[in-house]
Amino acid sequence: MSQDIHDVIIIGSGPAGYTAAIYAARAQLKPIVFEGAVTAGGALMNTTEVENFPGFPEGVMGPALMENMRAQAVRFGANLITDDVTTANLTSDVKTVIDGEGREYQAHSIILATGSSYRELGIANEKRLSGHGVSWCATCDGFFFRDQDIAVVGGGDSAVEEATFLTRFATNVTMIHRRGELRASKIMAERAHNDPKINFAWNSEVTELHGEAKLSGVTIRDINTGATRELSVTGLFVAIGHDPRSELLKGQVDLDPAGYVLTSVGSTATNLSGVFACGDLVDHTYRQAITAAGTGCSAALDAERFLSDLHTK
Amino acid sequence: MLKSLATIGVIMGATAAVTDASFASDVLMSDKPVLVDFWAEWCGPCKMIGPILEEIAAAHGDKLTILKLNVDENPATAANYGVTSIPTMNVYLNGEIVKQIIGAKPKAALLSDLAEFI
Repeated sequence: MSQDIHDVIIIGSGPAGYTAAIYAARAQLKPIVFEGAVTAGGALMNTTEVENFPGFPEGVMGPALMENMRAQAVRFGANLITDDVTTANLTSDVKTVIDGEGREYQAHSIILATGSSYRELGIANEKRLSGHGVSWCATCDGFFFRDQDIAVVGGGDSAVEEATFLTRFATNVTMIHRRGELRASKIMAERAHNDPKINFAWNSEVTELHGEAKLSGVTIRDINTGATRELSVTGLFVAIGHDPRSELLKGQVDLDPAGYVLTSVGSTATNLSGVFACGDLVDHTYRQAITAAGTGCSAALDAERFLSDLHTK
Repeated sequence: MLKSLATIGVIMGATAAVTDASFASDVLMSDKPVLVDFWAEWCGPCKMIGPILEEIAAAHGDKLTILKLNVDENPATAANYGVTSIPTMNVYLNGEIVKQIIGAKPKAALLSDLAEFI
């Protein structure tokens, strides 16, 4: 069976994937973009207002920003496929990927931009109570906790954003954080501290989840003293960070111990010729929409250079 | 072929809407299994799963009815069934929940979850 060999396949559709698609499409590389079956648009699809993306002085809604990036990629001829890649063979010269429907695609180069997924607490009953009070998406589920006491686990920007959003619905939001102060940026931390509906459980971690059909409360432990206490909440929103989505790549692409894709210094090149990586999949430091877009651009330029060398050989 | 991210999920073809008022007759008294998709306009993952449910309804509508319940407009039914996360997909048979799927999943995973009904 003869099959087209594409120039570049982009896996992922957050700011990194769509930016790579815009650049690759403008370079006439006709990129195929796997957006993800249920994750198209990436993490920003589940956020509300993005205040720090340059060019939007009044802020922009996360989903609207992603819609715009997507439209821009489409405008220049990117071929978007709303499906997952389930298998990838990246080690040979011609790379092969298979989507969720079993279709096979081949390309000379691959740009990996699969981002990250929510980290779980890793305690008992978490799975059972997921969707029954335990949630990872404030914008999806906050609505169901009107006039209730709830809690957010975490202390970074995402945790503060969730907590602030949840005050629209909840009576009280307790932020449970392992440290003695928020890790979030100053402006976000200040917002949380000034919000009368937000209070804090410092130096604390969640050790138990209670409830039969749905969450009725949690046990939290003071990290310094070991003392435990009960917090009566009907909702617990988990925002303790992310892990890179690199399962597909194990054994092929070099990863660091935490699972992030390793790239050579000053480039998006991985250990495999023709395979480039960008966005939160490689970045355990900055993890911003704008930095992901930036490395997405770099990956497309690196792929373009690789392809031009390949075609002139 | 390309759908905008903002409109995915609101397009209705093989699925129909169900409301607080019609829930008993359309779902609980149905003699066929009924999957009810609890969703809302502001829920990103709900929009992702919308077109997948359309496809499943188009292919398997003879065995499984798929109805969409907007939780904004129909809070009573959502509260009644303790829905606190969307998308939640409940399958009802003879008035009882026989299967619950919470969260967006790719089509293959949904089809395998629903294998006993289709």
